[in-house]
Amino acid sequence: MRSNRMGWGLLAPTLIILGIMGLLPFFYVLVVGFFDWNVVSATGKPIWTGANNFRRLVFDPNFLGAMSRTLLFTVTVVVSELVLGFVLAQALVKEFPGKSFFRTIHALPLMVAPIAVGATWRLMTVPGFGIAPYYLDRWFGIDYNIGRYAEHAFATTILMDVWHWTPFVTLTMLAGLSALPKEPMEQALVDGANRWQVLRHLTLPMMMPVIITTTFIRLMDALRVVDEVYLLTGGGPGDSTRFIGIHIWRVVMTWTDYGYGSAVSLLVYYFTLVLCWLLFIALTQIGRQQE
Amino acid sequence: MSRTKSRNILGWIGTYALWISMTLITLLPIYWLFVVSARTRVELFGRPTLLQTSFYIDNYLKPLSTPAFQRYLTNSLIVATSNALLVAVLAVLATYALSRWKLGGSDSIFFWLITNRMAPAAAFILPLYLLFTRAFRLGDVTLYDTRIGLILLYCLFNLPFAIWLMKGMMDGIPIELDEAAFVDGASTWTVLTRIIVPLAGPGIAVTVILSWVFAWNEYLFAASLTSVQARTITTGLAEFVTVTGTNWGEMAAVSFISLLPALIFLAFVQRYIVMGLTFGAVKE
Repeated sequence: MRSNRMGWGLLAPTLIILGIMGLLPFFYVLVVGFFDWNVVSATGKPIWTGANNFRRLVFDPNFLGAMSRTLLFTVTVVVSELVLGFVLAQALVKEFPGKSFFRTIHALPLMVAPIAVGATWRLMTVPGFGIAPYYLDRWFGIDYNIGRYAEHAFATTILMDVWHWTPFVTLTMLAGLSALPKEPMEQALVDGANRWQVLRHLTLPMMMPVIITTTFIRLMDALRVVDEVYLLTGGGPGDSTRFIGIHIWRVVMTWTDYGYGSAVSLLVYYFTLVLCWLLFIALTQIGRQQE
Repeated sequence: MSRTKSRNILGWIGTYALWISMTLITLLPIYWLFVVSARTRVELFGRPTLLQTSFYIDNYLKPLSTPAFQRYLTNSLIVATSNALLVAVLAVLATYALSRWKLGGSDSIFFWLITNRMAPAAAFILPLYLLFTRAFRLGDVTLYDTRIGLILLYCLFNLPFAIWLMKGMMDGIPIELDEAAFVDGASTWTVLTRIIVPLAGPGIAVTVILSWVFAWNEYLFAASLTSVQARTITTGLAEFVTVTGTNWGEMAAVSFISLLPALIFLAFVQRYIVMGLTFGAVKE
């Protein structure tokens, strides 16, 4: 009655579509990565170059610069969002009139298209009529210009990401906090522990599974940021906000350097596999602990 | 006694002050977007104020009446809707299989699903571009710049998401129900359509809505794998910055149109966003 063949049959369409769209392309670029191939070059034909593309990757200042920039961005936003989200979740745990309204509005940025987030922030920060440069100049005398100053552009991408994704952390933390038992904390307070000790020795350890999951997911999402930064700054000024995703876009679509682009894509995909593998181990560990 | 009471009142004031300011911070950029979309060029470059009394509807009417923009909008609607429905059907079949059969290697399948959802889209651009333009071809017909290409491609991130979201709901339907039906001689198809789908209805609805929103929001693939015919509204929006450059009012109007679905669906699905985004690891 329940033959395994039936089960695989139901799963087959999913596996086929994902195999064609998600796996096959990487076997293709694994081959292309060993060729020198640029459609606008003199020949426009692939030429065998062995491991040259991969060797170039290791010494390419553009690639390494984009990588370190992305890491700095990722660490900054993930840490700020975790701290901010945890504090906000603490302020949402107790019941109060209007809580679900605030929560719903707070979740709004999660649904907005990243490209629209970029457009929105560009309109806020564009010199000339944006409210951010106008009021920063008027109230604090700061000459804020994301088209001219690299630090301003970089800081603005961080602020934008915090605006966009802190709600995600708040909501996961809130879900985690609401699921915790109340008795241990109340007992500890009765026994004379202060709030800080309760947070440090009870709440945080019990929240670890949720914190780890949230951190990993935010990490992966921050590493792949493209759309909103592209619309906000276009990667500039100079290369100050050219994160790894935007770098790949330039290599592939602007320079049409397919051989080298394949090497970059493969390496980034490989990093993702490793990170996902770690996440998966963490998730299964958590699942076992909860059982 | 009065001390704890005054402390409580201070706590309430603090909570409300915090959440009212958070709400303002969340809404300010979106409100400003709306304000810009309602202003003429002259108003825009005057002194920036947050108050807006007039509404310059031409910012909306102009893009809405250009054929290119109408095509973007239609494409986005068709692609998002077809993709959401396709994803829902495939996800029901897949989660039913994963929940009722002990298939060897289903752990590896789950791992691979996460990878597809988490991989940087940028790493997929070149592989897919080469495949769409060169490998998948019948004569002159390729998947490049077609809606069907995007519909199938968006399964890449939506299907893993949908399976993670629905797996828990599927596990929640008691297996005794299908077994009783099988004893009465029902086929797998009957069990799926008569028992599973009605019981999983609300979950399927949430999956469809969120998949729809994610497909509607997608930019990177649409920008690299379409050129004219299959362009979507997000790519149209980016063109305002790169091509026409300075038409801020219209750009704001198009942005506002593109985030309307988020505003409309938010209240229905916000409870499930967390579960979907954390692969069911965090439940509410």
